[in-house]
Amino acid sequence: MKQYVIIGGGVASVGCIEGIRSVDKEGRIVVLSGEGRPVYCRPLISYFLQGKTDPEKMKYRPDEFYAENNCEVVYEKAAAIDPARKTVTLESGESIPYDSLCVATGSSPFVPAFEGLDTVENKYGFMTMDDALALDGAVGPDSDVLIVGAGLIGLKCAEGLCGRAKSITVCDIAPRVLSSILDGDCAALMQKSLEDHGVRFELSDSAERFNINTAYMKSGKVLRFDILVLAVGVRPNDSLVGEAGGACDRGIRVDTHMRTSLEDVYAAGDCARGYDASTGEDRVLAILPNAVMQGRCAGINMAGGDEVFDKAIPMNAIGFFGLHALTAGSYAGELHEVPAGEGVKRLYVNGGLLSGFILIGDAAGAGVYTAMIREKTPVDSVDFGLLRTSPSMAAFSAQYRRKTLGEVV
Amino acid sequence: MKRVFVNEEWCLGCHLCEYYCAFANSGLADMARALKDRDIFPRIRVEDTGKVTYALSCRHCTDPLCVKSCISGALTKVPTGAVCIDKDKCVGCYTCILVCPYGAVTAGEHGAVQKCELCLENACGSPACVRGCPNRAIVYEER
Repeated sequence: MKQYVIIGGGVASVGCIEGIRSVDKEGRIVVLSGEGRPVYCRPLISYFLQGKTDPEKMKYRPDEFYAENNCEVVYEKAAAIDPARKTVTLESGESIPYDSLCVATGSSPFVPAFEGLDTVENKYGFMTMDDALALDGAVGPDSDVLIVGAGLIGLKCAEGLCGRAKSITVCDIAPRVLSSILDGDCAALMQKSLEDHGVRFELSDSAERFNINTAYMKSGKVLRFDILVLAVGVRPNDSLVGEAGGACDRGIRVDTHMRTSLEDVYAAGDCARGYDASTGEDRVLAILPNAVMQGRCAGINMAGGDEVFDKAIPMNAIGFFGLHALTAGSYAGELHEVPAGEGVKRLYVNGGLLSGFILIGDAAGAGVYTAMIREKTPVDSVDFGLLRTSPSMAAFSAQYRRKTLGEVV
Repeated sequence: MKRVFVNEEWCLGCHLCEYYCAFANSGLADMARALKDRDIFPRIRVEDTGKVTYALSCRHCTDPLCVKSCISGALTKVPTGAVCIDKDKCVGCYTCILVCPYGAVTAGEHGAVQKCELCLENACGSPACVRGCPNRAIVYEER
């Protein structure tokens, strides 16, 4: 009987378990989870702060999931991988043998070496349930909150805390919010949706040093706070594979089978640097859908199947107070700006293919565009004039519609 | 499993399927109270370009991208093969709208998204759109 070990207890790990079990119902699966709780929906921690969900509803899988899939869960962190002996050593010193291993260790917050950060007592990250619970307990109607980082994590944190604190200020060295996924005027729209709810921004500015309850900014501004949230960025947890001699490059390098450079060692999720179909280059695509699909691919292959996952693309759906921004692909090539009322609709066409889009406001049918990027559908094979305004099956050939609407897909 | 399939050439573009869908999922017994003078949120939608008209609803894909992409665990493929949504778990993030290749998941009335569940979750028991289609342009069968 084969022994599978999965390091990590997040959604990539779940994908891996389901992948293994789609092929092998018998083998032993050991899951090492460093977080001390069964899998939950991490992206929901901001909704938890908002009171829109609770720990029970945040469960990613039912309570019986691990038992039903015959998994043994060990709530302990892995300390080392020995690829020669094919063992994983736990922090306790115990050693667990594997026939096939999946590393799904996720990422960790990146904390720059701010001067005086050690003097700040009330500082928090915003990645895990523990972070959310700690913030939930610390914040109160008299709290001044300073969030460092205006990316996806920092802004969702700001939304989650809205109405629960006296003030919320977000600072970022970048000149705009969500700089990794939005351009200038799109970012301004999303920023306004938070400003309308009282969130203040200090952009193009960063903390030079901290002292207990005060941030001294590069601009000379002095920001007082009771609670500091650090949401500067994340780094892939690739050290276990790196220290075992596996290829890493700010992320564990994987091929389209999710194999690392070490024999019988796979990687999936935010720790893995894999193929991005929208650019043809390798990168870390730290989004939940990617983690699930990479995990599943790894699991199938670990169990002896032959699965390829080469359809990963960057994509994000993020919203604040009902204003949604949906983005996918890369913003390369010719820009098609389509009137979208109060919102934004930008399509990018490159080399005859839809390369990316930004939709703000009306999200309807966005997946039709995403599918064109993922499947590399030539723009001249569809009625692009129609598709620009309405993303629907009507822009495709009657034959394609017969297949998708008249057959099992 | 039985699914809803579309015979595009027979679709009259009458939108009756939308009304039957909205009524079936309203939980009300009176059609006028459910639909008259109200914004309706049907899970099937007639797309009409003037040249082409057809009804579109969830394909209940064998390997659904929406389920794999759902950040809240609200979308699942149930043992019968249908893709269902737990509206209590859904936080309305729209990731499913971002990935559905057919545009079959849509924004719902109260924040959560909505999609066709084949009327298995309401009092109807089988797709109301199919029963109400006057020209058999949508059918519920095994293919």
